[in-house]
Amino acid sequence: MGRYIVRRLLQAIPLLFIISVILFVLSVEMGDPLATFGGRQVIKSEDRKRLTRQLGLDKPLYVQYIVWLVGNDWMTMDVNGDGKPDVDENGQLVYGTRKGILRGDLGTSFVTKQPVTEMIAERLPNTLLLMITSEVIILIVALVIGLASALKQYSIFDHTVTAFSFIGYSMPIPLLALGLIYIFAVYFKRWGLPYFPTGGMFDPQAGPSWQQTAWHLVLPVTAISLISIAGYSRYVRGSMLEVIQQDYIRTARAKGLAERRVVFIHALKNAALPLVTIVGLDLPFLLAGAVVTETIFAWPGMGRLFYDHTTRSDFPVLMGIIMIIAVLVVVFQLITDVTYSFLDPRIRYD
Amino acid sequence: MATASEALSAIHEETLTKQPLTPAQLAWRRFRRHKMAMFGLLLLILLIVYVVGGSFVFAEKYANFVNTGIKLQAPSQAHPFGTDAVGRDILARSIYGGQISLLIGLAAVIVALAAGVTIGALSGYYGGWIDSILMRFTEAMLCIPQLFLLIVAAKYLGDKIHNFQAFGREFSGSVIVIILIIGFDSWMYLARIVRSQFLSLKEQEFVTAARCTGTSNLAIIAYHILPNSVAPIIVNATLGVANAILTEAYISFLGLGVRQPTATWGNMLESANRYLETAPWLWFFPGLLILLTVLAINFVGDGLRDALDPRAMVE
Repeated sequence: MGRYIVRRLLQAIPLLFIISVILFVLSVEMGDPLATFGGRQVIKSEDRKRLTRQLGLDKPLYVQYIVWLVGNDWMTMDVNGDGKPDVDENGQLVYGTRKGILRGDLGTSFVTKQPVTEMIAERLPNTLLLMITSEVIILIVALVIGLASALKQYSIFDHTVTAFSFIGYSMPIPLLALGLIYIFAVYFKRWGLPYFPTGGMFDPQAGPSWQQTAWHLVLPVTAISLISIAGYSRYVRGSMLEVIQQDYIRTARAKGLAERRVVFIHALKNAALPLVTIVGLDLPFLLAGAVVTETIFAWPGMGRLFYDHTTRSDFPVLMGIIMIIAVLVVVFQLITDVTYSFLDPRIRYD
Repeated sequence: MATASEALSAIHEETLTKQPLTPAQLAWRRFRRHKMAMFGLLLLILLIVYVVGGSFVFAEKYANFVNTGIKLQAPSQAHPFGTDAVGRDILARSIYGGQISLLIGLAAVIVALAAGVTIGALSGYYGGWIDSILMRFTEAMLCIPQLFLLIVAAKYLGDKIHNFQAFGREFSGSVIVIILIIGFDSWMYLARIVRSQFLSLKEQEFVTAARCTGTSNLAIIAYHILPNSVAPIIVNATLGVANAILTEAYISFLGLGVRQPTATWGNMLESANRYLETAPWLWFFPGLLILLTVLAINFVGDGLRDALDPRAMVE
């Protein structure tokens, strides 16, 4: 097992390299990061040139990539653009200050001038709160619905669930999210019922508190859950139908076990096993946040952070977020495989 | 006794003289029995009639006609679906928007098919280092959250493609951009399916036979193996159209999709967020049309999956 894990981690290195190259090329060239650098002030062209040199944007793409990867504290700087390396007042050569992603430095945002690591650390808890709450609800509801419709195959309940799950995964998120807001925020308010907020994490007048957050969480969690429950419950249903036909279920029934014991202990345990894979592979993407849902509900999460900074061509932030997600995908795939072989001893990796 | 054997020979007579059904006819026969698939097909035909037929009722100029005097009007007799934030008729825009949305869905899948089938076929057929490199690349693409990659690619290509004329109409260059980026971001599962088909099919005797007769590798790939793996490709591509339409809606909703004034169902949703309380018709009609289209395609795809499964009962 140890060797397997080491081999998988080694295989991940070229993978992460490819991802970083693809995205670096796309995101460095996608716009002018200096356009919004000075906020509302227009930058003078001299300042612009100096900034370009300071940020290393004048260098060829591969040099920029190397700097992003390993930093530039070994390179001399030429901010004034006279073709000679800069010296400080003591006559010492001036070197860069970046350490590169390989040494844990994700760089500094062009827009907020904050370290990217800090910005991500600020947003991550919000996304985790939203996505983990949703995932827990999705899992519980999908297990219950999937189980019920498998046990009552071809009943009215089963057909209804099938129809709704088709609608669920054909549903465009904006239609569902805006529909929920319209009914539960706009109309409930009109009817004088207790209504849900349309967005954000807390009421600006009430200030942040956990009650406020919980209240603001209801609609986005409902929107995310409704869409994913559809697919998950179909999956549980399918795998339950397969398991229930196995010989060991017949044996369990034949030896006179209570039906409830057969279903919940013998069948469900085995039917739920493949869910481990799905959840494991979905988790890192949950950390990425749901861009569209977060935008509609004005939820300050990772998806919004990514989107907002793409529109301003702030590539250190984009690269930081994507590389963290990519590393997590690789790690979670490995954890999933290892967990799975632990839960299902028939599977061996050697 | 005599009547029974007569009847039996009559049946034999019929089975012997009647032309055997082609695989396509068998598949259609199974598809026809699939109620949800037939419902999906009907719905899809109706939607196509709506977006194509509608353009004979309303001119494109009318769909793009800005009249801020009548902005954000609720559905009425003059404007059955209401008007948008600059006073354009939403009914007419949903017709022209539907054409572009369906076009993007289809064209993006064609791009994805070209990429996915090529990569999957090369990888599965040749194996070795070609396989390693292509599959690492596929995995890398799968590690990036799809919408993130699309946002970056949409920003990267941005306005790099100019507007163009086709069918006597002017199209925004961003239509091409969206088709390309959705296509190049959704071939990965197709490539994996094609690869696994090739891996098992290339070991079969008919491939060995073809190789013995001196058939070139390219001909074996194109004429011998590919036709045998067409069923899962068709199913995957059909469901891909539904996904591409949804994806277009998301990027356009975020404002990185097809540029105005060209309408798509996706970019009609774009400003809906701002008029949430006052103008629900802004998002309701385009949203509903997207839902119906995606639902219809998913039903058809599901039916095709059952109909094209060679293990399914042949009756």
